[in-house]
Amino acid sequence: MSLLLFTSLVFLTSVLAGLLGALTGLGGGVVIVPVLALLFKVDLRYAIGASLVSVIATSSGAAVAYVREGLSNIRIGMFLEIATTLGALLGAYLTARVSNHWIAIVFGAVLLFSAFASFRKKPPPSQQTPSGPLAARLELSGTYPSLDGEKSYSAQRIPLGFGIMFGAGTLSGLLGIGSGAVKVLAMDQAMKLPFKVSTTTSNFMIGVTAAASAGIYLARGYIDPGIAMPVMLGVLAGSLLGTRILVRSRAHTLKLVFALVIVVLGCEMIYSGWTGKI
Amino acid sequence: MLRFGVTLAAVLVAIGGLLSLRHPRQAEPNYRHFHANAALSSIASIVHGAVHLDPQSIIQLGLLLLIATPVARVVFCVVGFGRQRDRLYVAISATVLAILLYSLIKAGR
Repeated sequence: MSLLLFTSLVFLTSVLAGLLGALTGLGGGVVIVPVLALLFKVDLRYAIGASLVSVIATSSGAAVAYVREGLSNIRIGMFLEIATTLGALLGAYLTARVSNHWIAIVFGAVLLFSAFASFRKKPPPSQQTPSGPLAARLELSGTYPSLDGEKSYSAQRIPLGFGIMFGAGTLSGLLGIGSGAVKVLAMDQAMKLPFKVSTTTSNFMIGVTAAASAGIYLARGYIDPGIAMPVMLGVLAGSLLGTRILVRSRAHTLKLVFALVIVVLGCEMIYSGWTGKI
Repeated sequence: MLRFGVTLAAVLVAIGGLLSLRHPRQAEPNYRHFHANAALSSIASIVHGAVHLDPQSIIQLGLLLLIATPVARVVFCVVGFGRQRDRLYVAISATVLAILLYSLIKAGR
């Protein structure tokens, strides 16, 4: 395959990954890494490096709008970023220690979880209990605009949320993905924050988390210009396009198709890792 | 500001990309096996290469700018919390900033 053909194909695939990632809210990284590794036979470390860079691009673009609308809570995000960035350092450290087989298996498991999580019903608004002393001390509360006026919320079970966030950061640094699904889980399930606040705050955090492992990736040579270039530009273009479409449609069928693709990729990754093909 | 960072990064990466496709270093892509390239993995050598208009280094410079964008956001948060005289959150965002800088210093050498 010539260099031009290779670059064009990777670019087009990345556009598609970015588009699907934006439509389903899972991000482009979870698709592009397995496709690069399984289809294009790219070494997993190059795939992870390229994906991480595209994660920063899409997160930084999307997060701005939500902060302006008052949906993402900057204090909660910043506090939890201590956990995610420390986790990201650990994850980036582990990529050099763990074999590609194991990374592929863990990646597959995360794919299966993400597909499952994207179908979780939006939970009913949880009963708000008064904020505990830790939440008050850390100012982890706020209000958000909803259909029936401003609603207030306060973070619960903060140590649990912090712990899950550390795990989310480790996965992000290990696999080169945004791990938005795990971040939302920590905020919405563990800390009982409103779903909308959780997803938008997660988006705000993804770029900062990814930046923490990016420096280490760069120093190790995982970020190769030849492959990061088409992936970053493609995923960015695809996700911008996807956000436009998302405003107009609900895209339920597409979500179903995408979830099936993710499940297939997840199984393939686990199989390839297990049999030593990756 | 953040959008500006991402846009500028994308433009640099695109320019570097077009240049590198016009004057390819190798005829075929070779990504099957990992081999680190020292010239493209430290900030100093990337800047050095980009100044000499090496296409690959221009791409890397764009990616470096992209990585710096969330770091700049955290810097703004430190300043913003400082203006609000929220000492606790100045400390928290400064901690995050320190972690990010630690990672970038690794790439600085």
